Amino acid sequence: MSAAIATEPLAGATSGRPAGSRLFAAGAAAGHAAHLAAYGPVPRHGRDWSLAQELEASGLTGRGGAGFSAWRKFAAVDRARRPARYARRAGRSVLIANGAEGEPLSFKDATLLHNAPHLVIDGLLAAAEALGAGSLFIYAGAARLPAVAAALAERSDARHIALLEAPDAFVAGQSSAVVSFLETGRALPRDVAGRLADGGFQGRPTLVHNVETWAHIALVARYGAGWFRAEGTAEDPGTRLVSVTGDVPSEVVLEVPGGSRLDGVLASAGVAGDAVSAVLVGGYHGRWVRPSGVVLGGGGVPGGGPESGSVRPGAGVVHVLARGRCGLAATARMVEYLAGQSARQCGPCMFGLPALAGAMERLAAGRGGPELVREVGRLSGLVAGRGACHHPDGTVQLVGSALETFADDVRWHLAGQCQETGGAL
Amino acid sequence: MDDALWAFARVSGLVDMVLLTGSVLLGILTRSGRPLPALPRVSLMLLHRNISLLAVVFLVFHVAPLLLDAYARVNLVDVVVPFLGSYKAFWQGLGTVALDLMAAVVATGLLRHRLGRRTFRAVHWLSYAMWPLALAHSVGNGTDATSAPAVAAAVVLCVAVLAAAAWRVSAGFLETADARRGGARRDWGRP
Amino acid sequence: MSAAGPAARLHIDWTMCDGRGLCTELLPEALTRDDWGYPLAAPGRVRARADASNVPLTGAELGAAVDAVKLCPLLALRITGP
Repeated sequence: MSAAIATEPLAGATSGRPAGSRLFAAGAAAGHAAHLAAYGPVPRHGRDWSLAQELEASGLTGRGGAGFSAWRKFAAVDRARRPARYARRAGRSVLIANGAEGEPLSFKDATLLHNAPHLVIDGLLAAAEALGAGSLFIYAGAARLPAVAAALAERSDARHIALLEAPDAFVAGQSSAVVSFLETGRALPRDVAGRLADGGFQGRPTLVHNVETWAHIALVARYGAGWFRAEGTAEDPGTRLVSVTGDVPSEVVLEVPGGSRLDGVLASAGVAGDAVSAVLVGGYHGRWVRPSGVVLGGGGVPGGGPESGSVRPGAGVVHVLARGRCGLAATARMVEYLAGQSARQCGPCMFGLPALAGAMERLAAGRGGPELVREVGRLSGLVAGRGACHHPDGTVQLVGSALETFADDVRWHLAGQCQETGGAL
Repeated sequence: MDDALWAFARVSGLVDMVLLTGSVLLGILTRSGRPLPALPRVSLMLLHRNISLLAVVFLVFHVAPLLLDAYARVNLVDVVVPFLGSYKAFWQGLGTVALDLMAAVVATGLLRHRLGRRTFRAVHWLSYAMWPLALAHSVGNGTDATSAPAVAAAVVLCVAVLAAAAWRVSAGFLETADARRGGARRDWGRP
Repeated sequence: MSAAGPAARLHIDWTMCDGRGLCTELLPEALTRDDWGYPLAAPGRVRARADASNVPLTGAELGAAVDAVKLCPLLALRITGP
């Protein structure tokens, strides 16, 4: 993946002052020497210093899509590895850097692993020391592994990190699927009774984080929570990577501060605002929004209306749909893909998503009346929450946001026309 | 006395063959997920289980008298190790194998929550081997196997199981098959 | 459902369930079946999305729920706390 990376001033900075890239400060395809020159050595902290405290103060959230508090996951594993006096021994912790990036629209993880693998490794090592971890893994697609292997080979402190080739499937990056792959060689989501922190790989406390999250953890370990919070907003501190894709001059990975305005991100990617019809934020499990006034925020109220709202960045995908392109047709194609990517373990997903895809296809093609919209709603309700993982839920969210954002065009489609393309269906 | 034991063992064997056939037929029916007009799926499942357990009881009734009957010359080893018997060793051996399989199927069935679905399922498939072995044993070992009623009974049981097996592999076997192939939406109905 | 909440929950392991329908017979108030035969929590029972896989049960249903867990051919059910 040779996507361009932007190492100039951060896009859409709310503070108004430009800053250099945090994650790519060592430049493109940075080797260990360049990495150390850019970031300095890993500091030796005193006994009062605790990574858990820094993570809590930093407010770092996961960059893999769910946006869960990084500190909470860390603390859960920390608690689990020190069980109560008479409880069974938990076994040594397992740390996994998840670079599977099964989302087809996303390439930020690939870009990060190609250009700054040493940050990811540093993050794993910092946490391993704090958690007394016994096993460390980096899980990524075949094309990503050579760069990571080269980075590991350059260092003497990372011999014990194992590389795993992730299958090329949408659900391969789901946390329990990662553990399933480790145990059985098949990346299938599991019906997990408890959290992975309490019992994951081989029943041991397991911490799975997106590779970008590990990179941020490495920086927090070096520079502290205060530094981390110097960018971004109070609700969405720090920076994040976004993959800007779709109807854009060229696809690019940008590092943006938390709470960035979406139209600012688009401008930084060279996208003319008035040429944009809608933006899919978060990937195939994300939401369609009209860009004006929308902010990329963590844990915010899902918005997308013409007035300001915030939309969760999810997997950090910003997918642009130009004017004149039909959002319903684009969504129907996505739902068709998602239906095909079902792990085919759970009935409602295995049968419900293809039915939903069929209904969306008919809607996109203008082959139906109002009962079609009711049917999409009915199938969405049938499928949501009924599966071992959130694949059906994410799909339902995509469909719901499409019907909401393209509501006007839905009415046109029911009448056999497309508002956006301006033609008959 | 020996005659009485022998007769009791024979009759129990015939009854057991019918019970085993019933269990196999019910097993196939429950696998389809279909209820019967008067019997909901839960009842059919319990019936399958109870008839199978009754078949175990009658298997004991079939084997125990033979152990006590001096004329039959069946010892404990012959009950579980096949083809070592001194009377019609081959046909009796088939019965022994069927007994071994049945013991495995029943044991894993009773313990399936502990053993897990995979183990339970793998062993349960052996029922399809157990039944023909039991039938062959009853035909080959029976002292009046060539009489008209015996042949008729064997044919009836055979036809029943073959028909059920053919249904088992047919496309519309599962109650849910049509709906899952994109068929018309249906109301599954209240039990 | 009592004001205090469910007595327990029936957890459906979707990776094992094949929609055979025995549980829906034993718990007709709590479960119906969807288009493809899989157990569907009754509309009145589902307050949160998670309820669709962890169906709230009343105290009176506990006995039938235990039977459902035991009889499920796929071992796809278990009873969890409220």
